[in-house]
Amino acid sequence: MKLSELFNKGKFVITSEIGPPKGTNIEPLLKEAEELKGKVDAINVTDLQSSVMRLGSLAVCRLLKERGIEPVFQITCRDRNRLALQSDLLSAYVLGIENVLCLTGDHNVLGDDPQSKPVFDLDSVNLLRAAKGLMEGKDMVGNKLDGSPDFCLGAVANPGADPLEPQVIKMELKVEAGAQFFQTQAVYDVKKFEQFIRATEHIKVPKMVGIVLLKSAGMARFMNANVSGVFVPEKLIKIMASASKEERPKKSVEIAASLIKELKGMCQGVHIMPLGWDKYVPDVLEKAGLI
Amino acid sequence: MLVSERKPWEEILSYVAQDKNIFLVACGGCSEACQTGGEKGVRELKEKLEQAGKKVTGYFVVDFACNKVLVGLKLKRYLSNIYSADSIVVSACGIGVQAISNMVNLPVHPADNTIYMGGFSGVWPGEERCLQCGDCKLDITGGICPYANCPKNLINGACGGSDKGKCEVDPDKDCAWAKIYERLKEIGKIENLRKINPPRNWNLMQPPASRKKSIFWALEFEEEEKEVVK
Repeated sequence: MKLSELFNKGKFVITSEIGPPKGTNIEPLLKEAEELKGKVDAINVTDLQSSVMRLGSLAVCRLLKERGIEPVFQITCRDRNRLALQSDLLSAYVLGIENVLCLTGDHNVLGDDPQSKPVFDLDSVNLLRAAKGLMEGKDMVGNKLDGSPDFCLGAVANPGADPLEPQVIKMELKVEAGAQFFQTQAVYDVKKFEQFIRATEHIKVPKMVGIVLLKSAGMARFMNANVSGVFVPEKLIKIMASASKEERPKKSVEIAASLIKELKGMCQGVHIMPLGWDKYVPDVLEKAGLI
Repeated sequence: MLVSERKPWEEILSYVAQDKNIFLVACGGCSEACQTGGEKGVRELKEKLEQAGKKVTGYFVVDFACNKVLVGLKLKRYLSNIYSADSIVVSACGIGVQAISNMVNLPVHPADNTIYMGGFSGVWPGEERCLQCGDCKLDITGGICPYANCPKNLINGACGGSDKGKCEVDPDKDCAWAKIYERLKEIGKIENLRKINPPRNWNLMQPPASRKKSIFWALEFEEEEKEVVK
């Protein structure tokens, strides 16, 4: 089912995220996904996340589909030129995939094979436009397709971007290009998110707030130093720092649930990135009053 | 020696659609050799712009637009003509356009597309580079090349890795699109960011062999050879 149908019904949409493994052992990943089945509306499958060579997103999306779990196919511009991107979008559709999240992708030098060739033939905006074109029955050069896909297209946004103005302009371009919803970068700062929502009020597509489960104080500090636009307030870092290792998941769940409660009224959905802590996602949703 | 081609006239006119007064700069180096720049090139631009109802506040030819000292001297001499203009149209390679833009606080529009540099990338003592993409975007990007400066060659704004003006690839490196944003703000052209740019045409990087042979230096070389045969 397309996420747009849920948004149209006025549902507060819940998505989560899994990352394919480096190798062919998919059982742990599928187990993670099963934990979320029935609790979330769809699960994003990342595309060579952090530019690390892994099992592909498309294959895992199909495996989820076969298990009755709605996937969101993440597709980045890093590894494929425009021919391959369009072709993979067609492939995704014939495999039953209806939700696609279009991203630029991390640069190769951040991953485990920095010598590889960065492709970036398209950017996220032109990828969205290409996907929309396919849906309208035409490829990027205007050739007619024999059968066209029907996707719900998503894009990403960073509420913590500094400065915010160019980020807002880029979101406008993404909507013009075909984006039907946004999932955001991790949010921990309610005030900042409120500012972001105010600055993007004119962008009339559903926005899903991104929530990353905090695993430790160290992780929070790492994100503050290294992840663009992510700011974990000192108050939350202290909570994680004072918790024992056994207590951490409980604290993490409490933090995420209370954030969701505060942010829920400002947006149309939540995208939870558990980074392996999938088994705690149902707790988060329950504590946040979403299930 | 580089090869450049005049941009389609409609494209140049679209750049200056909002501008009434225009200053012109042409490179008398490589650009003259491939018949885009030089006296001839700048006069052609002047005539066409005037026909289109624009006022040309002045012009100069500089050999070479990539020579900082020469450009600096020329700019100084024409300062009042330059700042009575709304923008500058430059006939030069990508380096020349970036060089002028770097030194003047006005929107700078490229009149040409650089399609081939044959190993010569000018003598500009700065970080600017021209990738000879064949479809110069320096107009919309405020004279800062996104292809040469963004490791992802992005053409529609920064990626999610841009952080407080720095690039995800190297925290010491400026994000090209953050710089473009600042520059566009400075010259009052933020609206340039509000239009989707189509993806790059890679085919333009393979100019036909006949085009490369059409520049002056190739002909001169042929003549020299004939002399040797005598």
